[in-house]
Amino acid sequence: MANLSSNLLLVAFILYLVAIPFFGGAIRQKKGLEEKKSFEKWAKIGITITIIGFLSQLGFFITRWIVGGHAPLSNMFEYTAFFGMCLVLAFILIYFLYKTSVLGLFVLPIALLVIAYASMFPRDISPLIPALQSYWLQIHVSTVALGEAILAVSFGSGLIYLVKAIDQSKRSKSTTWLEVIMYSFVAIIGFVVITSGFALSDYKATYNYIDKNDAAATLEYSMPALVGPHEWELVNKGDFEPLVEVPAIINAKKLNTVIWSLGAGLVLYILIRLIIRKRIGALLQPLTKNINLDLVDEISYRSVLIGFPVFTLGGLVFAMIWAQIAWTRFWGWDPKEVWALITWLFYAAFLHLRLAKGWHGEKSAWLAVIGFAIIMFNLIAVNLVLAGLHSYAGS
Amino acid sequence: MKEVKCECGHVNPHGTVLCESCGISLIEEKAQGKLHDMRYEGSARRSQTYNKTIIDKIWNFFSSVKVGVWLIVVTLIASALGTILPQEMYIPTIMTPAEYYEDQYGWFGKLYYQLGFHNLYSSWWYLVLIASIGVSLVICSIDRVVPLYRALKTQRVTRHESFLKRQRLFGITDAQTVDETFEKVKENLKGKRYKIREEDGNILAEKGRFSRWGPYVNHCGLIIFLIGGMLRFVPGMYIDDMVWIREGETKLIPETDGQYYLENKEFTLEVYDKEKDNKAFSEAIENAGMVAKNYQSDVILYKKVDDSVAGEEAKLEEVKEYDIRVNEPLKFEGFALYQTEYKLDELSSMSFNLVKKSDNEPLGNLKIDLNEPEKKYDLGNGYSVEIMSYFPDFEFNDDGEPRTKSRVPNNPAFVFKMLTPDKPDGEISFVAIQQTVEPFGDNEYQMKFAGIETKDVSGLTVRKDSTLWFFAVGGFIFMFGVAQGAYWNHRRIWIRRKDNEIWVSGHTNKNWHGLKREIGMILDGSGIQEPKDQLQDE
Repeated sequence: MANLSSNLLLVAFILYLVAIPFFGGAIRQKKGLEEKKSFEKWAKIGITITIIGFLSQLGFFITRWIVGGHAPLSNMFEYTAFFGMCLVLAFILIYFLYKTSVLGLFVLPIALLVIAYASMFPRDISPLIPALQSYWLQIHVSTVALGEAILAVSFGSGLIYLVKAIDQSKRSKSTTWLEVIMYSFVAIIGFVVITSGFALSDYKATYNYIDKNDAAATLEYSMPALVGPHEWELVNKGDFEPLVEVPAIINAKKLNTVIWSLGAGLVLYILIRLIIRKRIGALLQPLTKNINLDLVDEISYRSVLIGFPVFTLGGLVFAMIWAQIAWTRFWGWDPKEVWALITWLFYAAFLHLRLAKGWHGEKSAWLAVIGFAIIMFNLIAVNLVLAGLHSYAGS
Repeated sequence: MKEVKCECGHVNPHGTVLCESCGISLIEEKAQGKLHDMRYEGSARRSQTYNKTIIDKIWNFFSSVKVGVWLIVVTLIASALGTILPQEMYIPTIMTPAEYYEDQYGWFGKLYYQLGFHNLYSSWWYLVLIASIGVSLVICSIDRVVPLYRALKTQRVTRHESFLKRQRLFGITDAQTVDETFEKVKENLKGKRYKIREEDGNILAEKGRFSRWGPYVNHCGLIIFLIGGMLRFVPGMYIDDMVWIREGETKLIPETDGQYYLENKEFTLEVYDKEKDNKAFSEAIENAGMVAKNYQSDVILYKKVDDSVAGEEAKLEEVKEYDIRVNEPLKFEGFALYQTEYKLDELSSMSFNLVKKSDNEPLGNLKIDLNEPEKKYDLGNGYSVEIMSYFPDFEFNDDGEPRTKSRVPNNPAFVFKMLTPDKPDGEISFVAIQQTVEPFGDNEYQMKFAGIETKDVSGLTVRKDSTLWFFAVGGFIFMFGVAQGAYWNHRRIWIRRKDNEIWVSGHTNKNWHGLKREIGMILDGSGIQEPKDQLQDE
């Protein structure tokens, strides 16, 4: 059954991938009524494939739950994969509300990246440590994921707004920042490619080093060490010698992975730019030709309006209730808690700016981008770097 | 304070922008814009009207959304700063914080410590920020909700033409083609759950006014939440203590006024077993090495019987038996006991044999309870052992004198006086683990180590938090208010007859796309044209 479970995830991944070009077909310039109908057909096929993919991923989730005996929401892989699934669900719901194919063209690739990113973490079904043995695990974590996914849809439509609205005829601050967003996507692809590449080639190098408590320790790298640990020594002579050494408080292996990913992302990005001979933003702009700016602005805003209460409920209210039960206090300024508060404060500011200061359109779209960046920071950096009490989420 | 009388006859409070009743613009300059600013219905907000006294200035400062957003953003950045390095409460207590931050994080850690960021969330300036947000919440809400309530309550059906014209959704239809009584339209409006008011054949259809109060309701919830946070500083409202109980021991639970005692029957630590537990876990367990499965203290809670006499040992009455596990605290009388720490295999007793060195013949055995050693152990036949000194956690101080680091028997040491028939004055011997010193020359007798027993110790957090209700109620009201404001929309549609024309205007506080679609469906088949979005024409 564990195998069936992983296969279902793979099937879902492939189906999402297949659905994207159909949404692409659905948004080509509408000419006659005849053709319009055929484009609606494209969209219908696209959304059907997406729904089947979603059901498949749901199957993955349920079978994994049965095998492990607990909701598969207990580590980085499980949470991130679930977040991807919620993102697809949020897209499906919004699609039926607004019938916007172009949203699929942007949100589905994001969901794919999220799921691919998730798969780079250990996928073993792991037992629950005592602190996680509570029904609040599924309540708290699933609500947070759903809330964040709805907020991510706001990012998706904000991105569509920016791609369409930003003038690509000349270079500006806006085009540069838009390219930064595009580069971040490419860097995640870089991370996935590099990680899977070295995993396939079964690369391993082991180093002895001195950890931050001045104790001898060993570290196994799965990528060539550009950055070596504190006072490293090769265990097997002939392995790759690190180029730089970092102090003991920095986790050299994670830093090494980050450098590899950003580097691979940069190479990929430059290749893409060389091939298409324009900004990625400019490449994507024609896809948004038929979209109504007001509509995507509204989708972006409404997603925040719907997602904010859900996130508050999961990330703060349920979180506090569970923390009171498991950790004796409902709030302890743990980094994850603080970043949930930061996310909440940010979207509170977003709503105030929009409602009272009239920040619509492009300003609001940029805010949606920053909000998503905070969510991603909380998912990636806080789990992997700042750790704290939620550190079990880091593996 | 002069009131403003509108041409429609309604008397508005000083500072009103749009007449509360008919909606005509009362301020000339503001009428120039193409569309009305409908945010607070053009009502008279104190902050927009007075700016003379110092109170006015403070009021105006805190009632500004701009200030509110800045407070939020500054708090957000400050909160993020506190996560760069672990806060003081999460660092190990092996050295002072000042040393720890510098030792672990170098100059940056030192700076972080010197700036007070190691305790950022309880620093005075962080609390000032939170308090300012609280003040801003109160003033912002009062400044807006009162006039908004007045304006929505007083609004009348027939609005002034200039008001209708300056709505974002507005359209004019030639009346000849239209059904005179709007029957079909009214039916459609009812179908969409609008409340309809009529006056001189004009219609005001309204729904979801309730959602306008959402923001103020959620701000009330937040204020109650913050009051809960303030109450934490009131003595007795919040108790955070810890009790360590050895297996078999009964101890007074601190902070319970001497009323409650707890016996620890057994502490259990379980780890996952590759063979016995779910096979699906075997790989994960192999990779992780050891994964904890359960921390559990089996306890009995006792209450002191009332007629216990002070000074005597308390008479106890069993209240309940409970297995405290992580996520399953023991609750009683507002208190909760949590399984938070443990210590395995603490030394609990040591046994010795008294032997004569010459023949190693055991002359008697004694077992010393390391937590409550007796003064003298009688071994019979004229043999006995006195404990002259006991060091539960023995070390030598700088002068080479023995002393104890703590009362926990981590490294017990004794000064024994062995009394035997042939040495009635006794021989003195210093005995520690793997070490015997005979300070007054060679003894004939010896205390020979015979074995140890250990016990586990449970560390339980004792918690009482009487402020929880504030957080629960505040949190609930906040969630209610947010949902109220987010998931409902306040929509109004005005239909007014003007000579041979029908004027239709629409307003919503959000989701214009939804309102446009709804108006489309309502006017469908009535002959009235859909109003246009005047913002989109620009």
